Amino acid sequence: MTTFKIELIGVKKRFGPKVVLDGVDLSIEKQSSTVIIGGSGTGKSVALKCILGILTPDEGTIKIDGEDVTRLKGAARDAVMKKFGMLFQGGALFDSLPVWENVAFGLIQGRGMARRRARDVAIEKLAKVGLTADVGELYPVELSGGMQKRVGLARAIAADPEIIFFDEPTTGLDPIMSDIINDLIVSTVKDVGATALSITHDMVSARKISDRIAMLYGGRIIWQGPTAEIDRSGNDYVDQFIHGRATGPIKMAVKA
Amino acid sequence: MSFFATIGRAVLSLLATIGGLAIFTARSLAALVSPPIYGRLIGQQMMRVGYFSLPVVGLTAFFTGGALALQIYLGGNRYGAEAIVPQIVVLGITRELGPVIAGLMVAGRVSAAIAAEIGTMKVTEQIDALTTLATNPVKYLVVPRLLAAVISMPILVAVADSIGVFGGYVVATESLGFTGSIYLKNTVDFATHQDVASGLIKAAVFGFIIALMGCYNGFNSKGGAQGVGTATTNAVVSSSILILAANYLLTSILFTR
Repeated sequence: MTTFKIELIGVKKRFGPKVVLDGVDLSIEKQSSTVIIGGSGTGKSVALKCILGILTPDEGTIKIDGEDVTRLKGAARDAVMKKFGMLFQGGALFDSLPVWENVAFGLIQGRGMARRRARDVAIEKLAKVGLTADVGELYPVELSGGMQKRVGLARAIAADPEIIFFDEPTTGLDPIMSDIINDLIVSTVKDVGATALSITHDMVSARKISDRIAMLYGGRIIWQGPTAEIDRSGNDYVDQFIHGRATGPIKMAVKA
Repeated sequence: MSFFATIGRAVLSLLATIGGLAIFTARSLAALVSPPIYGRLIGQQMMRVGYFSLPVVGLTAFFTGGALALQIYLGGNRYGAEAIVPQIVVLGITRELGPVIAGLMVAGRVSAAIAAEIGTMKVTEQIDALTTLATNPVKYLVVPRLLAAVISMPILVAVADSIGVFGGYVVATESLGFTGSIYLKNTVDFATHQDVASGLIKAAVFGFIIALMGCYNGFNSKGGAQGVGTATTNAVVSSSILILAANYLLTSILFTR
């Protein structure tokens, strides 16, 4: 029996009376790239935060490399966190630190690497995402949106993680920059040899960076399969979503 | 019905806040005693809490000492007890006004700044980012601020005490007709170590309150700019109230034996 890199079994999460995840089952193979698609507010981010341990699910199990990590705390949690890298939607760069220290942060604070050596690694990673060493001296507020994403990506891959999460990697970027970031994601994930899990509602991005797609709707995964088969899913919900139709089985909740 | 529901909601939310604060405090204290300790960050925060608060705390202490001297002179005048000015000034400044004034000024300056900074980090997901970089946000953000405030505040208050007494000295010698050397001798003879030490103990406790309320409100800020604004206000209001309440409590513990 193969062990999956990431496994979600019956994961449920509610906030007060609002049920966000209602039994999510999802298995992700090693070194694959999976994209979870779904409308705004369907719980994609919540699912991601449950895997990361920022939120604790109410029910269900989350396994990383076959190990149950659902309720890990303290040092055991820290050990699991070292397998992860994440690119946040808004970048989430530390604005009090220069770019190179942002990239090197996980190495210096999380792994206790000497600052001088971590700086060299940071500059090397910045080069991988197409940024020169002098960008490392700037502060995040001095960068454009596209450059912030690149720095975020460099930070996510800095410690050679086994798993990389991408939260809406192309949101807020123009189509050309989106394509550049998508290419970077594909190449860096391959380069690091990592397993990738992304959430997005940008279908262009989803098709480009994934080899499997799963659709989250109503707190459950309603369809999953290889990216090539998404156009033949035979699922009305998926069809409506990927073609962006206002009418169909999905009723958008206008009120939050 | 809605009347009781309103009361119930208020009570529940109060209890939730107290519980949340207690858990936050416990987590912070646990993080305080476990490695790693970020020395560089503690240094940075001490500069912000202590050194950069010196001008504002010094100025307020100076004017407070001056006003105190004037009031005691005028009040003492009614009983022919004007000569008591240096004794009461040093007592009032070291025991009460030094720590309280410094505490309130630093609460306004530092507690607000901490809440705004951490609140912004929270709403821009920087705190989640810390977690994904295998760094405990409480250890990285809260512990250095707590330690820096607890260490800096007594030093700041010691300086404020001196400046406050000096303010009283200036007013007494310049406009109330005291002789400088006699004023100083009376001050030094009257003040005890316990007067000063009690004020410094208060200062350390106030420092803890200031950093804790700033961090707690920052960590619990919700939404965008408005949420950060609310967190900042709450940090200043709650730390100021807690400082005054703690001041009474500490005074009763330190002096009624």
